[in-house]
Amino acid sequence: MTIDWQAFTWVAAISALLGGFMIGLAAVWLAWTNGRIAGISGILGHLVELLVQQKREHFGWRVAFLVGLIGAPLVWMAFATLPETIQQSGTLGLVVGGLLVGLGTRYANGCTSGHGICGLSRFSLRSLTAVCSFMGSAMVTVYVLRHLLGVQG
Amino acid sequence: MNRGWQWITAGLAGLLLGLGLILSGMANPAKVVGFLDVAGPWDPSLGLVMGGGLVAGSIGFALLKKQPTTLLGEPLNLPTSRKIDLRLIMGSVLFGIGWGISGICPGPGLVLLGAGIPEGVIYIASLLVGMALYSVIEKLRHNP
Repeated sequence: MTIDWQAFTWVAAISALLGGFMIGLAAVWLAWTNGRIAGISGILGHLVELLVQQKREHFGWRVAFLVGLIGAPLVWMAFATLPETIQQSGTLGLVVGGLLVGLGTRYANGCTSGHGICGLSRFSLRSLTAVCSFMGSAMVTVYVLRHLLGVQG
Repeated sequence: MNRGWQWITAGLAGLLLGLGLILSGMANPAKVVGFLDVAGPWDPSLGLVMGGGLVAGSIGFALLKKQPTTLLGEPLNLPTSRKIDLRLIMGSVLFGIGWGISGICPGPGLVLLGAGIPEGVIYIASLLVGMALYSVIEKLRHNP
């Protein structure tokens, strides 16, 4: 294994640690104030579920949370320019990827935030299983796309 | 009144989480794939995102365990399920494949959407279709 020192600089490492800390803090804050898990797929998925079933319970805090999250880049832009983002897939990849993430996270009851940050912080074996499963399959997927098929990056 | 505070505090949680995603590099698909690509030149950054998140999370959730109610006086509604089954594993595997293809998981997808990046719009539209598909499939399965 070789480390990509061009990408993994001191600035990147410290930003990653600090950003991660903020994500953890946000999760604890939501649990402390609302008693809820800050799982993005769960929050978004339950809103979709409520729309499909035409119900409205616990709609408000979820919408408020998403407004904050979607508004984050706008708040950032008020003070600084957004860091550059480089996409890894074309339209087909985004459509297929989005579909699989939507279906998969609902069946698994969580994604990187719910299982990854909240679940592991609470030492849940269930979340550890989920994290190992999605990290493993994501790494295999990137290996196949990049190194076997040569279609990514 | 209480509901208003719930919305404000939830909105602040979303905002802090979103700013953390941007700062950490999680909202940049190239950075995510650089971490997932263990066979190429590897970028360990996202391991540190996880590390930072777990330091804050494990201390915070341990302290919360001693709280009988939330700050707003409601009961804590945290998951209790310990079930490890095929549904959990297969769902996670599907999620991982989609994450590997796009380099985007749901939180960063919403941040990209908010930033007005077209890829974020396509990704989130498709994510919502996937979630709606789940809700419809499960609804039909339970009341055919």
